[in-house]
Amino acid sequence: MRSLMWMMAIAVSGLFVFQAAAEEPRVASLGGAVTETIWALGAGDRVVAVDASSTYPAEAANVPHVGYYRMISAEGVLSVNPDVVLASDEAGPPQALEQLTRAGVRIERITSSHSITGCLARIRAVGLALNRAEEGEALARKVESELASIPAPTNPAVRVLFVFARGPGALNVAGTGTAADEIIRLAGAQNAVTEYAGYRPLTAEAAVQAAPDVILLTQSSMDGLGGADAIWHAPGLKETPAGEHARAVAMDDLLLLGFGPRLPQAIRELQALLYP
Amino acid sequence: MKSIGSIASETTADLATAAQRSVPDRWLLPGLGILLGAVILASLGIGAVPISPGQVLSILLAPLGIDLPWTFTDREAAVLFHIRAPRVAAGLLTGASLALGGVLMQALFRNPLAEPALIGVSSGAAMAAAALTVLGPLFLSQLGIPVTYLLPIVAFLGGWAVTAIVVRIAHCWGRIRVDHLLLAGIAMNAMAGAAIGVLMLIANDAQLREVAFWSFGSLGRADWTIIPILLVLTLPIFLFAKRYAPWFNALLLGEGEAALLGVPVEGLKRASILLTCIAIGGAVAFTGLIGFVGLVVPHVIRLISGPDHRRLVPASALLGAALLPLADLLSRTVAAPIELPIGLVTALLGAPFFLYLLLREQRREGT
Repeated sequence: MRSLMWMMAIAVSGLFVFQAAAEEPRVASLGGAVTETIWALGAGDRVVAVDASSTYPAEAANVPHVGYYRMISAEGVLSVNPDVVLASDEAGPPQALEQLTRAGVRIERITSSHSITGCLARIRAVGLALNRAEEGEALARKVESELASIPAPTNPAVRVLFVFARGPGALNVAGTGTAADEIIRLAGAQNAVTEYAGYRPLTAEAAVQAAPDVILLTQSSMDGLGGADAIWHAPGLKETPAGEHARAVAMDDLLLLGFGPRLPQAIRELQALLYP
Repeated sequence: MKSIGSIASETTADLATAAQRSVPDRWLLPGLGILLGAVILASLGIGAVPISPGQVLSILLAPLGIDLPWTFTDREAAVLFHIRAPRVAAGLLTGASLALGGVLMQALFRNPLAEPALIGVSSGAAMAAAALTVLGPLFLSQLGIPVTYLLPIVAFLGGWAVTAIVVRIAHCWGRIRVDHLLLAGIAMNAMAGAAIGVLMLIANDAQLREVAFWSFGSLGRADWTIIPILLVLTLPIFLFAKRYAPWFNALLLGEGEAALLGVPVEGLKRASILLTCIAIGGAVAFTGLIGFVGLVVPHVIRLISGPDHRRLVPASALLGAALLPLADLLSRTVAAPIELPIGLVTALLGAPFFLYLLLREQRREGT
């Protein structure tokens, strides 16, 4: 009788061990903001693969990369044997995600919305997908209160032109509805371009017409162009108010445009750059 | 009175004896068959998720109730069935299509440098795909039609439309002028390229990636639903090229000479263009632009066994079918878990190889 109870106890504890193991799924993360949120929720140790846009935190560089999140290959993701794929809703192509589903991988689509609501929804969604809903809720509240505590700048709004370099000759300017437009607004500044939505190639005349006080770039764009001095060779930028005072600032790509859990930090840093 | 076919066959026999051959004829097709089999087995087994040849056999035979000692996981079986096998099948059919398109176009233009893209079918398909990707969301979102499933159809129609324009321009006094066909094709290709350039200017990041997919090709989107479609589009060109191989041999002598031999030259040209358009249009619609296969494969076979189309057609189909899954194998393994576009692989390997053939030819002519 006693031995039987022992056996049952062992069996039951075995069940618990098994369950604990099952609760620690292997996670593949597609999208920089998603990856950042996973680590912020303390689940970074479960991540077995990330995509090329996942540049933060530094630990993300230690797991295998499976390509850019918009152009993944199903087999590449499967090679790390994930149980669940947390994918930004911009991840693709859809055929690759379909193939993953068919191979028995659970796929959780996470919103890619570039806004405060999107950021908070993303944190909660990642928490839910990782069975850490409470931690997700707590982090979302923390980010929310940090955002509320950021003072609005008292100075008059500066006009900011966001320039993104796909390559040395391929400069694009952010219009309305872009992540850059939203973060500029959140920092209390004004996007110098309001005529169109999305990105358009930079032209000299349009740059002069927009008359920005500051040129904002991502760090990789700035580096790709050859540093803060080199950007004034781009057509028209020199002839703007920003060019006259040589005012160009740069921020890390993912911090500036990712709308991840570091959003309060991003807004504060951008404010410091725009209103020195 | 000799029949038309027998005269054409005699021409063919002359061609065959005239050609210097390094491989005996009877070894050519079996050799290529073995190559194809080896490529299929290797492509099924090698990849980001490693599956041993034993496991491949186990997985393939398991549904038949045959148990082999090699064990496998559900995931490995899923990778093999749902990802790799359709990919290999699509590569096989696309490779055969491209090679056969190359054979027909080189015969039609009587020029070994011709390739299926010359008649505008590939660039037309790519342009239509790019247009739908970039402009489609503007009006399709209201209708609620997903762009993804529309793309192959639109690409196919685009390839067909551009080829139709090219053929219409080259059509004069009841016949197709091959020299005008070439020039019109070049002009339409340039126009399609420019249109893609304009579309890329206004595309967003996601759309750019999609256009890049069409420009460099990939077998990564293959699934079982497209295999029967590819098969239906590829079979006609194969059967046609094989059936009328003697006529293509006669065409090598020149259009006038072929006509004197009794070959219905205009009909042959039209049918060649139509079937190439169907086969290549289908291939491009599902896999994007994959260059150099249509150019290099018939060339290689001609070097091995001479210009006789009775061998050239089946041998090119086999080599093309083996080459594309092999290029795909490279594209998904060299930088795994990231995939390279397959068009990059075929161009990177095909272009230098082609230059080597060209230089060898020059040296031979010099001596």
